[in-house]
Amino acid sequence: MKTSSFNLLHAWRNRGPLPGLGLTLGLSLTWLSLIVFIPLLALLIKAAGLGWQGWWQIITDERVLGAMKLSFGTALFAALANSIIGTLIAWVLVRYRFYGRAFIDALIDLPFALPTAVAGIALTAIYAGNGWIGQYLEQWGYKIAYAPAGIVIALIFIGLPFTVRTLQPVLENLHVEHEEAAASLGASRFTTLWRVVFPQILPAILTGFSLAFARGVGEYGSVIFIAGNLPYVSEIAPLLIVIKLDEFDYAGATVIATLMLASSFLILFLVNTLQRRLARGQAF
Amino acid sequence: MKNIIKLLAAASLTLGVGLVNAKEIQLLNVSYDPTREFYQEVNKEFAAQWKQKTGDDLKIQASHGGSGKQARSVIDGLEADVVTLALAYDIDSISEKGKLLSPKWQARLPLNSTPYTSTIVFLVRTGNPKVIRDWGDLARPGVSVITPNPKTSGGARWNYLAAWAWAQKQYGGDETKTRAYLSKLFRNVPVLDTGARGSTTTFVNRRIGDVLIAWENEAQLAIEEAGGKGFQIVVPSLSIRAEPPVAVVDKVVDRRGTRKVAEAYLNFLYTAKGQQLAAKHHFRPALPNLVSPEELKAFPTLQLVTIDKDFGGWKKAQATHFADGGTFDLIYKNAR
Repeated sequence: MKTSSFNLLHAWRNRGPLPGLGLTLGLSLTWLSLIVFIPLLALLIKAAGLGWQGWWQIITDERVLGAMKLSFGTALFAALANSIIGTLIAWVLVRYRFYGRAFIDALIDLPFALPTAVAGIALTAIYAGNGWIGQYLEQWGYKIAYAPAGIVIALIFIGLPFTVRTLQPVLENLHVEHEEAAASLGASRFTTLWRVVFPQILPAILTGFSLAFARGVGEYGSVIFIAGNLPYVSEIAPLLIVIKLDEFDYAGATVIATLMLASSFLILFLVNTLQRRLARGQAF
Repeated sequence: MKNIIKLLAAASLTLGVGLVNAKEIQLLNVSYDPTREFYQEVNKEFAAQWKQKTGDDLKIQASHGGSGKQARSVIDGLEADVVTLALAYDIDSISEKGKLLSPKWQARLPLNSTPYTSTIVFLVRTGNPKVIRDWGDLARPGVSVITPNPKTSGGARWNYLAAWAWAQKQYGGDETKTRAYLSKLFRNVPVLDTGARGSTTTFVNRRIGDVLIAWENEAQLAIEEAGGKGFQIVVPSLSIRAEPPVAVVDKVVDRRGTRKVAEAYLNFLYTAKGQQLAAKHHFRPALPNLVSPEELKAFPTLQLVTIDKDFGGWKKAQATHFADGGTFDLIYKNAR
């Protein structure tokens, strides 16, 4: 038994061109177990303690469903907006040289570094009815802060670096010769962009999208300041988890957490599969 | 070389002895949101007294946040020597869920372990443009009301119960009418913050809402911070006696050996100096005869219901109103 498994490992190891697979894989798995798998497993075990009926009751609760819809809806919308604006910003930063470029480039990372509560308070101050921007929007009948729109603004803020930063290296490695070839063969500027450039950067856009989306679904700190937190209207799922915890309903909280996790995983898995297909189709 | 080592050893020994003589003790007070300024001053005052009495250096740290969240942190292992929370229910939870202190904790200190009380009042904008006089006005159409979420905020639970008590009296104990009133009130709430400080910020800095339902001390502090301009307090016809209790956390002080200093710290709140500091920070002293009548002027007399007499204690109130499926949840369900 022992020798056979050893032989198997040996054979497996020999196939790879690099040494050290056993060591590195072992370390990776141990690390991942401690940091990711075991906490997630603990979550599942805690949630499982509630039984099917308890699960069903929480999952079908209107307020929980409303919060989930809001969290996923706003995160999707914000990630979509970030994919478009982020692509544009990355394009500008990579392709053009202008005064202050380095400064703007450094600015992009700020949402990473800023404590999310600070971001939430700052955005609320600006977009509230008496804020710099909010007062004008209010005149036209648009309410941003203390409404779902405010959540989207906060999520766009914290998700922006993900889309810009995943796209920048890809754009930098793009061969300008392809575009020149397209142009010399008579393609219009739009056709060049759409048929030559876009397909090459689409996988990176999708990666940025999924990162921004995943970050947005779980975001708590900045959102609670700007959302208004009204049940059924502007109450996000992470807040419901905190509310359940404050009621000492740990099992209920873990059920919502598990539900969010499963939904996120499903969406990310789909996006990643799509992205991999696209990337494969691209390698001519 | 050997001599140097000997010298060093002797020096460290004397230094060590010196350290043992003047001990440095640390104490952690886990408290709720609007007590920041109050305990800052209490800690300074008590540490000075303790140094004088025992010669030990006392370092008191205070942690502030939503009362329920703070209780949960203590249950989950935050090493609090004393807890000074917004309501007895939260300390009950620490006793019940964390088994960290005796279930009879509230009988250990005078006056239900409540050295200071407060009540719930309204903060409105100067001149009271929406003419808000009493609880009934908060349910009027067109009035915008700011209060935190009772699910996450201890202060908000006092707000909710005060409104409930008024409506019960107003409608002769008719529960359907009471609920309808609260439904209307909460339909006027545009933002449900998670804590009392958050609501104050929304009302004062964001200028949202016509009236803020708030702790009396928080309302007076808001006026003080604004330099006495911009806001005024409206005292309703009836309110609730808000009792934020204090307790020593047995398991923690026994392990850390800090019981003596922790008990002295809480007893300090019942001394003349402690009571005066409470009054200075807009809490109603539980022993008003220790405070000059001048300092008591800021606290108007009004009819107050209590949690024990009118709601059957916190355990019952929590189950009826704030638990999953309680009256607060129903109000939102029906308001849709």
